[in-house]
Amino acid sequence: MLIVVQIVLLVVVVIFSLVLIRGGSNAKHMAIRRIMVLLFAIAAVFSIFFPTILTQLASMVGVGRGTDLMLYAFIVSFLVYMSTTHQRFRQMETTLTKLSRRIALDEAVKPWEAVLAPDERVAGPDDFRFRAKTVSEKK
Amino acid sequence: MSAQKLESGRNSPLCDTGIVSRTWIVIPLFNEAPIIGSVIKDLLPVFPHIVCVDDGSTDTSAEAARAAGAVVVQHPVNLGQGAALQTGFEYVLQDPEASCVVTFDADGQHRVADAEAMVQRIQSGEAEVVLGSRFLDGRTRLGPMKRIVLRTAALQIRWSTGMPLTDAHNGLRAFNRQVTSNLHLTQNRMAHASELIHVLSTLKPRWTEHPVEIVYTDYSKSKGQSLLNSVNILADLLFR
Repeated sequence: MLIVVQIVLLVVVVIFSLVLIRGGSNAKHMAIRRIMVLLFAIAAVFSIFFPTILTQLASMVGVGRGTDLMLYAFIVSFLVYMSTTHQRFRQMETTLTKLSRRIALDEAVKPWEAVLAPDERVAGPDDFRFRAKTVSEKK
Repeated sequence: MSAQKLESGRNSPLCDTGIVSRTWIVIPLFNEAPIIGSVIKDLLPVFPHIVCVDDGSTDTSAEAARAAGAVVVQHPVNLGQGAALQTGFEYVLQDPEASCVVTFDADGQHRVADAEAMVQRIQSGEAEVVLGSRFLDGRTRLGPMKRIVLRTAALQIRWSTGMPLTDAHNGLRAFNRQVTSNLHLTQNRMAHASELIHVLSTLKPRWTEHPVEIVYTDYSKSKGQSLLNSVNILADLLFR
């Protein structure tokens, strides 16, 4: 029974690590993250087969049980995850803003361009707006 | 025909000299269909060049603005007022004749006469940036809570930028072209007001405040930001 639980945990850890390793942007950050994930995976595998080691490590750093150590590690990694996700979210927002702005500006009518067109030169400012309106209505 | 138009038409000596320089009104627009038409109609006799940046409205705001005679620039999705302002600035800067930009709220709480006076102060060369303030005279009537929040925000701005502002969150502002081209707002949502002041504090243009009246109509009251929004403004600034 124990061996089944150990195998399941091992699979979960491996999948989790693979997911974490994939993706990312900055090469340096990615390398650091991969090293950390690798260390975490090794530690996780060891703790599956030798649970006492984790407890020994925990008592060494003075947090009592191994599960407590895991909890603290989890909290830290969760906070790191939150901050990187937040950063990535903001990056994405900036990208989306730039994209939307470009689309908006490209689609917008520009009355002053009509001023430059020689055959439109006779018209007043109101006529440009009128012309702009008809152009946009055609779409 | 055109000569006639120029003579009889709206050629306010203040801002529209027709050929040499143009003043653009930038209106960030989000779901203000009932009122935007009348806001634009009030502005047009004085400011013939108006661009409404429709920030992905779900109602008929864009159509209403277009029908009233403004140029409409449409964000395909909702991004926030700060993003809309920046889009408006970039649109106006594409116009080689644009010399002055005024930001104006879509809900009809600003007065055209105030905007006119502010543009005059830009064009006379008195200042490069004119910021509206509702606290410089007694025209604007405010609830005590709102007054406290706005005063605190202004104080925080003064403390963090050293600019002695009296009203940091006033949507009525005027910039000359040069300053406008250096504004790169990145705060998409409401914190853009504070961000704008921070940008100005590094650009160090000649700036001044101008007394403006905020007209709290029933419409703008029903739509106005709740006091809780100041929490959002603060959070946006802290966690950028």
